[in-house]
Amino acid sequence: MKLAEKPDILPGTVGEGLAQRGICRREFLQFCTALTALLALPPTMTVAMAEAISKARRQSVIWLSFQECTGCTESITRSHTPTLENLIFDLISLDYHHTLQAASGEAAEHARELAMKDNFGKYLLIVDGAIPMGNPGFSTIAGISNYDMLMEAAKGAAAIVAVGTCATFGGIPKADPNPTGAVAVSDIIKDKPIINVPGCPPIPVVMTGVLAHFLTFGSIPELDSLGRPKSFYGETIHDHCYRRPFYDQGKFAQTFDDDAARQGWCLFKLGCKGPVTYNVCATTKWNDGTSFPIQSGHGCIGCSEPNFWDAGPLYEALSMPISATASMLGTAAAVGTAAGAAITWHNRSTKAAAKAAHEKVTVQELIREDK
Amino acid sequence: MNHLHLLTFARGSALNWALMLCVAGIVLRLFEIFGLGRKTDLAKPRINSPGSGWHTIFSRSLPPQGMLKREPVTYIGGYVFHLGLLTAILFFAPHIELIRSMTRLGWPSLPSPLVDASVVASIIALGVLLAHRLNNPVKRLLSGLCDYLAWTATLLPLLTGYMAYHHLFIEYTLMLALHIFSVDLLLVLLPFTKLFHTFSVFISRWYNGDIFGRKGVAS
Ligand code: SF4
Repeated sequence: MKLAEKPDILPGTVGEGLAQRGICRREFLQFCTALTALLALPPTMTVAMAEAISKARRQSVIWLSFQECTGCTESITRSHTPTLENLIFDLISLDYHHTLQAASGEAAEHARELAMKDNFGKYLLIVDGAIPMGNPGFSTIAGISNYDMLMEAAKGAAAIVAVGTCATFGGIPKADPNPTGAVAVSDIIKDKPIINVPGCPPIPVVMTGVLAHFLTFGSIPELDSLGRPKSFYGETIHDHCYRRPFYDQGKFAQTFDDDAARQGWCLFKLGCKGPVTYNVCATTKWNDGTSFPIQSGHGCIGCSEPNFWDAGPLYEALSMPISATASMLGTAAAVGTAAGAAITWHNRSTKAAAKAAHEKVTVQELIREDK
Repeated sequence: MNHLHLLTFARGSALNWALMLCVAGIVLRLFEIFGLGRKTDLAKPRINSPGSGWHTIFSRSLPPQGMLKREPVTYIGGYVFHLGLLTAILFFAPHIELIRSMTRLGWPSLPSPLVDASVVASIIALGVLLAHRLNNPVKRLLSGLCDYLAWTATLLPLLTGYMAYHHLFIEYTLMLALHIFSVDLLLVLLPFTKLFHTFSVFISRWYNGDIFGRKGVAS
């Protein structure tokens, strides 16, 4: 039965949107099943989730992009075939997104202001990109600095979703030497619930999963200490990597094109950061579940972790020193030699002084004087 | 500071400083030892004893007659611990990689399960040796804070390395950071504590062997 034929479809809800698009209930339930699995909810939640989503009002979403590369938007919107993830994405009311919206200039900003006023306290604020604190002029939209726009939009937000590593942890803009003084959303907003969805870019279905959770329960999912949804960021890539048996057996590729690499051995020695990276790439994969970097022969670069860009060379094993060099050891040896020479000189002069001060005992002195 | 920051610090600046202090400390101590010098022995050697220094370097690695029976824990525990530790440090593939990356010197590694077994043996031996040290009145009397510090500083890298390799108890990022920190600590302590015997043991054995040889005493 098509959703459109159901009598209990409420106007203005996601259900109505689905009905208008001719999405059948079976398809929608399949999507919800996938989402419940992804969110690590019990399968019995599927129907409840479907009901909740279809009855929910279209969630007003304002998307702000600051110091970023638009990769997050690319990731979330790009889909080769129209998937249900995209449809859900359509079914929220995306009231402002300066890359995707048709309006521009004054009209675009007006749309943002209107959405903020009409849905005050209820809209979901999505932010991608870091915020430059060095100088307000480093990044502006319609003449408004990123910081001012974020502070203003955050006031009326029900919750904030920081999308991508730049918004969640500062990402590449914050990488050493951080020329713009970039900070993450959570560095400056302290009074709103913030969901961090890191990744450079994040996996599309993780994004839709977080939105679905918000639509279904009206609350934010359970988060870890870095503000990331535990259901997506609870385990490392390494925990679920299909090359893991090779790691456990100590079988490592030495170069990207040796026999071991061709046989799919572990990429740890080639710099894989899978063991320290919390994300679902290994299970959800990318491009409709086609593959993920490790499956394509390249180690994980740890893009969803804080400061990943400054966390050591991308192609050095995690156990390798980051910046120690042989010349550093040479310098240390030279310092040791100089200090050793100084101590030796000191010791020898002490010895010489002792020798010089040594008074010889004469036979006379040894003769006992008679009383 | 999250776990990845800690790991980056442990294998970055902390390791750099630890390595530099270690190398500078070793060179300094060796200079100090050799620089002090000894007075020339003008006396005629009691017996003709060429090579007694070199001989002692090896002979003292073996228990004197009857001692193995009297002190089995000390000898067997000592061997197991030292061989296990050397195997882990010198023949574990990631450690060889580390040495290669800094000095361009490299050699073949042993299979990980073998290294793993030697680490377990080494940890057990350390435990047994500590218990023995605490229970044996003479050893206890001879032990000071520095000995227990050296024991702890040696155990930590073995334990954390084993736990990191097997992904035990705490998450890998933190465990690997702790492992590298424990190595940093060991490197810093090495030149300035009894752990310096790593470098001085053969020097002092040679000296003792030589001087005793000249005096006509077996060593
Ligand atoms: S390729 Fe990376 S994530 Fe996969 S097992 Fe090896 S180290 Fe772990």
